[in-house]
Amino acid sequence: MTDAGYIAASYVAVFASIIGYTAWVLVRGRRLSRQVAPEDRRWL
Amino acid sequence: MTTDPQTAAGGDAPVGTGSPFTRVLGILCLVGIAALLAFGLVWSAPDVVQSDSVRIMYLHVPVAIVAFLAFAVTAFGSVMYLWRKSQFWDLTAGASAEIGVMFTALTLLTGMLWGRPTWGVFWVWDARLTTTALLLVLFLGYLAVRRIPGDPDVVAKRAAIAGLIAFIDVPIVHYSTVWWRTLHQGPTITRLDPQIDGLMLFSLMLGMVVFLGVYLWLLVHRFRVAYLESQVDDLGLDVALAERRAEGSALPTSPTSPTSPTSPTPPEAAPLVTTGDER
Repeated sequence: MTDAGYIAASYVAVFASIIGYTAWVLVRGRRLSRQVAPEDRRWL
Repeated sequence: MTTDPQTAAGGDAPVGTGSPFTRVLGILCLVGIAALLAFGLVWSAPDVVQSDSVRIMYLHVPVAIVAFLAFAVTAFGSVMYLWRKSQFWDLTAGASAEIGVMFTALTLLTGMLWGRPTWGVFWVWDARLTTTALLLVLFLGYLAVRRIPGDPDVVAKRAAIAGLIAFIDVPIVHYSTVWWRTLHQGPTITRLDPQIDGLMLFSLMLGMVVFLGVYLWLLVHRFRVAYLESQVDDLGLDVALAERRAEGSALPTSPTSPTSPTSPTPPEAAPLVTTGDER
């Protein structure tokens, strides 16, 4: 495969960014949801 | 026997921002990502001109289109907020903009990594690249405006106006390859007869579906986090007011100078209850 380094860098950058942002959102959501009453975190 | 109203109302509510809908969508996204990796890196053939670097296009194009979509949702949410003054639309606009900023940064990054082997350079001050970089800066500014302290209604109104101004750049980015002579290629997949091989076109479309799903999943979770942030802020305000009331009632009253300018604020002067309208 030609240009394998650029291709690998693209895929790693995209999915690592999404995984990192997802982890931040989920952890922050869990932390915040512990601070509110249960009826304020009943999602559809 | 009494029942705790909180428990009765939702004591079994799970911790976090997940729901059955997001769990199903999340699993579909993971399956889609696995399929995209297989089609994008293994099963699709190299391009005659671009060679294997065409595989970056299966990320770059979908990520760019989803970034535009995210900013369109921000603009729509901003209009709806200015019209209806609903916190729902303000939070939706803010959540979508944050995801859009991430996707725009990834658009620029994947474009640079594609440009180096194809054009020979990471960056040129081409109209498409420059307006896209400007878009990133504009929406970073929008996120900064949302963080300026102040009355929540004023902050939301200010952010809605900033979001609408920033969105003006989106059609400029889209039409930049038509309006100016650019190194970046013009519209390809929006043409009625796209000149792309079948499996390449399928990989590209699969990428769009997958990243659209990822965007929706992130938007739902980020919206819920923003909603929880507002609830926690309200709780903090209630606690601060209660503490202020307690301090006021604990202080001894002076019989000689009840209206002295230096005397503490009577507890009756402080609002006892906050409502959503006061935020």
